[in-house]
Amino acid sequence: MAEAVAFWALAVAAVAGGVAVFVVDSMARATFALLASFLCVGLALLLIDLAYLGVLVVLMMVMEMMIMAVFMIMYMMNPAGFMPMTMVHNHRGALAISGAVFALLVAGIFLTPWPARRGVPAADPTRDLGMSIMGPKMLVMMVVGLAILATIVSAVVLAADRGRYDRYGDRPRGR
Amino acid sequence: MGLEAYLLLAAALFAVGLYGALSQQSVVMLMMGLELMINGLLAAGAAFWYFLAPGTADGQVLLLVVITVMALEMAMGFAVVTAIFRARDVDTTDDAGDLKG
Repeated sequence: MAEAVAFWALAVAAVAGGVAVFVVDSMARATFALLASFLCVGLALLLIDLAYLGVLVVLMMVMEMMIMAVFMIMYMMNPAGFMPMTMVHNHRGALAISGAVFALLVAGIFLTPWPARRGVPAADPTRDLGMSIMGPKMLVMMVVGLAILATIVSAVVLAADRGRYDRYGDRPRGR
Repeated sequence: MGLEAYLLLAAALFAVGLYGALSQQSVVMLMMGLELMINGLLAAGAAFWYFLAPGTADGQVLLLVVITVMALEMAMGFAVVTAIFRARDVDTTDDAGDLKG
């Protein structure tokens, strides 16, 4: 009972945070609304035995949204949110499409005959996950690591103003 | 509280994110919509693991991949925004329609 109350409170807060992202006037506030939404989902994961992944989502999203806030302040056009801000195109179309997608998903959720539960959660699902990614699922871990490395390199290459070998003009020491 | 409840949360988050991704003009706000959609996927994936197949860790491994993808998407998105902003002073999606078919 207490779990159900906690879940619904978190679910409503998560969706409300998500809606707030596109309603508030300032992009900095939108970032923190997104953070609230992520924290609620992270806590909801804790309710279903996912202790490690829930905490991982919470910690990672706190850091990610702090970084995001910096970028938001770099790119935002309405810093403090003193003026009403609407920066949307095709508002009606987007609302219709997302409403239709939501209706379709809800219909699918309640009409699909979900299979019965197979197995029970291990006593320590985190240990299960650790043994899995260091054992039979190690390829996943390796691919994830490689993807992170590739992202680091390509993000720096894209975002850097100029490369190590770009010079202004012909002089070898030109800067 | 069961599988349907978690999937309902996931569907709501996904729909709100989809609205943002389709309607926002600012590229960074569009990326927040994408993040919100992945947030929904997280809730759905966790529910599928716990309520349908908790016997193995496969679902958890998938969630780990989703969380990684979320962070990588953010990093690459901001890199692309920075690159296009440097090159052309563009920070809205309407001005970045080069790939429009």
